[in-house]
Amino acid sequence: MVKFTINGEPASVEADPAMPILWVVRERLGLTGTKFGCGMALCGACTVHLDGQPVRSCSTPIAEAEGKAITTIEGVAGPEGELSKVQQAWISEQVPQCGYCQSGQIMAATALLRDNPSPSDAQIDAAMAGNICRCGTYVRIRRAIKVAAGLEPAKGVAQSAEVKA
Amino acid sequence: MNDMAKPPRSRAAKWTRRGFIGAGVLAGGALLIGVGVRPGNPVDKLGPKVAGGEGEQLINSWLKFDADNVVTAIVPHCEMGQGAHSVLAQMLADELDADWSLVKVMQAPTDGSYVVTDTIRMFIAGGTVDAPDWLEPTWNGLFTKIGQLADGLITGGSSSIRTTGQHTMRIAGAAARQMLVGAAAKEWGVPAGEIVTANSTLSHKASGKSAPYAQFAAAAAEQDMPQTPKLKAPKDYRLMGTDAPRTDIPAKVDGSAQFGIDATIPGQTMTYAAVRRVPVPGTRVAKMDASAAKAMPGVLQILNMGDFTAVVGDSYWQAQQALNAITAEYTKPESPIRSSQDQFAAFAAALDEAGETGGKEVIGQGDVPAAMQSAAKKISADYQAPYLAHAPLEPMNATVWVRDGKCEIWTGTQVPLMARSAAAKALGLSADDVTVHHPIMGGGFGRRLETDYVLMAVRIGQATGYPVKMIWSREEDTQKGLFRPADMSRFAGGLDAQGRLVAWNNVFTQRHDPAEACDCAFYDIPNKSIRVAEADLHLPFAAFRSVDHSQQAFFIESFIDEAAHAAGRDPLEFRLAMLGNSPRHKAVLEKVAAMANWSTKPAAGRGRGLALTESFGSIVAEVVEVDMTGGKPKVTNVWCAADPGFAMNPDGFRNQMEGGIVFGLTAALYGEISLKDGAVEQGNFHDYQMLRMNECPAIAVEIINGNHEKLGGAGEPGLPPAAPALANAVFAASGKRIRALPIAKQFA
Repeated sequence: MVKFTINGEPASVEADPAMPILWVVRERLGLTGTKFGCGMALCGACTVHLDGQPVRSCSTPIAEAEGKAITTIEGVAGPEGELSKVQQAWISEQVPQCGYCQSGQIMAATALLRDNPSPSDAQIDAAMAGNICRCGTYVRIRRAIKVAAGLEPAKGVAQSAEVKA
Repeated sequence: MNDMAKPPRSRAAKWTRRGFIGAGVLAGGALLIGVGVRPGNPVDKLGPKVAGGEGEQLINSWLKFDADNVVTAIVPHCEMGQGAHSVLAQMLADELDADWSLVKVMQAPTDGSYVVTDTIRMFIAGGTVDAPDWLEPTWNGLFTKIGQLADGLITGGSSSIRTTGQHTMRIAGAAARQMLVGAAAKEWGVPAGEIVTANSTLSHKASGKSAPYAQFAAAAAEQDMPQTPKLKAPKDYRLMGTDAPRTDIPAKVDGSAQFGIDATIPGQTMTYAAVRRVPVPGTRVAKMDASAAKAMPGVLQILNMGDFTAVVGDSYWQAQQALNAITAEYTKPESPIRSSQDQFAAFAAALDEAGETGGKEVIGQGDVPAAMQSAAKKISADYQAPYLAHAPLEPMNATVWVRDGKCEIWTGTQVPLMARSAAAKALGLSADDVTVHHPIMGGGFGRRLETDYVLMAVRIGQATGYPVKMIWSREEDTQKGLFRPADMSRFAGGLDAQGRLVAWNNVFTQRHDPAEACDCAFYDIPNKSIRVAEADLHLPFAAFRSVDHSQQAFFIESFIDEAAHAAGRDPLEFRLAMLGNSPRHKAVLEKVAAMANWSTKPAAGRGRGLALTESFGSIVAEVVEVDMTGGKPKVTNVWCAADPGFAMNPDGFRNQMEGGIVFGLTAALYGEISLKDGAVEQGNFHDYQMLRMNECPAIAVEIINGNHEKLGGAGEPGLPPAAPALANAVFAASGKRIRALPIAKQFA
């Protein structure tokens, strides 16, 4: 029996201690926002926070969560469902395409901004290099992180038609 | 060239003339409006399949209202990140004069009523084919029939907006608006022409009456369907051409978006299957030892399916662990190709055999031998591109429940009706006994135009009889799927004394789609011979994002660049001089050159390269700047100018260009699926590398709306210029001409 908290709620799971956090979260706890991409900690789609630190849940055994706090994408918004600054920026900059990697991107960006509220471009690149976006939304992720940090103004989602005839 | 004045009336009128519009009321009073392109009223049959909550009114098969005045656009195309769901709804909502905050999107059910007839028409007859008016109903009925026979509920070819959007969603919205107006005019006793619609509200100034659409939804369903609803002229667009925020994005930032891999079946315990296909295509499992796996925890069933092995377990991880413990031997492959060298040698042999005139002619114009004979300078080059895996981040997966002569499937697919037919055939069922739910996809890129993975899950589900979710490992996805083909292309060119390209002789080995990908018709080159010398592929084919353009653009625009240098001309000037008959292409190229400050010199160690392509109806030029000071290429900037005719959602279009550029740079720098002993060597993202954030250049995109009546696509056209622009930049910076992809390893 492994005991931990998941998005603030206590949980205990009977599982092989070697089973990765990813599969416990997805299959046992029904939280499917955390994604499987590679199984080898190479793509970052499975990123969750373990006691606040971003980890690759596909390669972190559930035993390591004993007594710790797991936060998934479902736990990023506030208690009333209010979106975090990072999530809001992801909407205002219209970041996602297919969206499959974005849970992991948001978890990585959230951890970055907590530790470094005003990251430079190089710091953003370094912190986000572990997260692959196959659709290629990196330019927008970079901008959204700056918007969330207050370093750039939000573009806003309902712009008027700049290319309209 | 900016032809914005005329609304697309003729085409729309044609469409409604050949269409049948039906309306009806759903249980609870929902109104459905349908542009049925087939005779009969589709609403009665479709109603139950698209019904939601109480108080809904289905106005046609493409839209419904609920009691809160929310309109739901029922969208036939699939969503894989390209944004079609939202933009199709945006087009419908504009013609409807709906408030964008009151618009929802629903995926149309997997039903023959939703075949994308106009997409089929484009695929089969080309975008420009129009029948005489009197023939339209027959012609349209024919394409609908073909669509149904071919299970034509397809999302591909960068086509959703320019086909279904232009010719179905807009008409549905316009018809519904007109019916709502008609219903209100009748109730209020005022002329329809005096009723104004805006923001999902009807109003009549003189009488001071106003009402939300939903109030008249039921009465609208009783109205006669307008046969030629008037479509808006561009000057009246209110949502089209704006950055209306995408409806699917909020669910993608809070973890609530449901992909195929997230499927659950209420009340059922899910089981999971891990699979291992044979390593070399065409081989079979000869011997399997599963004794160790059998004893492992959580294992429910072990299956030897001949072409693959599967373990079904209580959890995916346990199933995969057990699968890893299974050893197997395989039959001897029939293909003589064992290595990538073998594959390219086979290509070279086919090109050698074709020589200067052999192979199957694709384009023949002028007199190439004579032009070559009299050319002042001759150049030649061979190029090659490797196999590629699509690598969508959501690995192939499908959830299947086969029981009692029925089959239910949950899977991300670009071809839900084909998946349904394939499953029915495999199970010996009728298509009606198979239900396909297709949630949004974690990337498609052409890979999910194939149904191989769905069929594997169906076979597993048939063996278990209980619900099972099959998930491919990343390694399976990289090694055992279907691939963008490798290809080789051989060019000879002749320049006249003024440095003009007067002869073009080209032969290559792979021709799939689209037919025109091997030509650069916008350049004025008087004598051309373009031929294909077909050579067998060792790995099975799947369309890749931009399909043949993904290799051909690299070949063609690299050779154009070589020709420019051979002529001693600036690559921009050289191209512009050949665009006398292509003003839109010229404008795009001039735009990107201005964006990139082409005429200025880049910093020391840097170089810029450019490329111009037209694919899927969109003209795109890109300039790449590369920094070689570290001894290997680092892409610092990409400038992109694009003319899609008219960008329905400019921000969404830009996002697709940005994505296409990153996809193209990834392939150009790193993309390589290579063979050893007939099997794919790469396995995961460590040896099949993707461009990452720290390598992603700054990207600027500008749009030219060059012809609002002739829309181009968005999902694919950003990709083709990226590889040649990068290769040409590497040449400019280092003097090294890139004739084979990928690039990065050549500087390792």
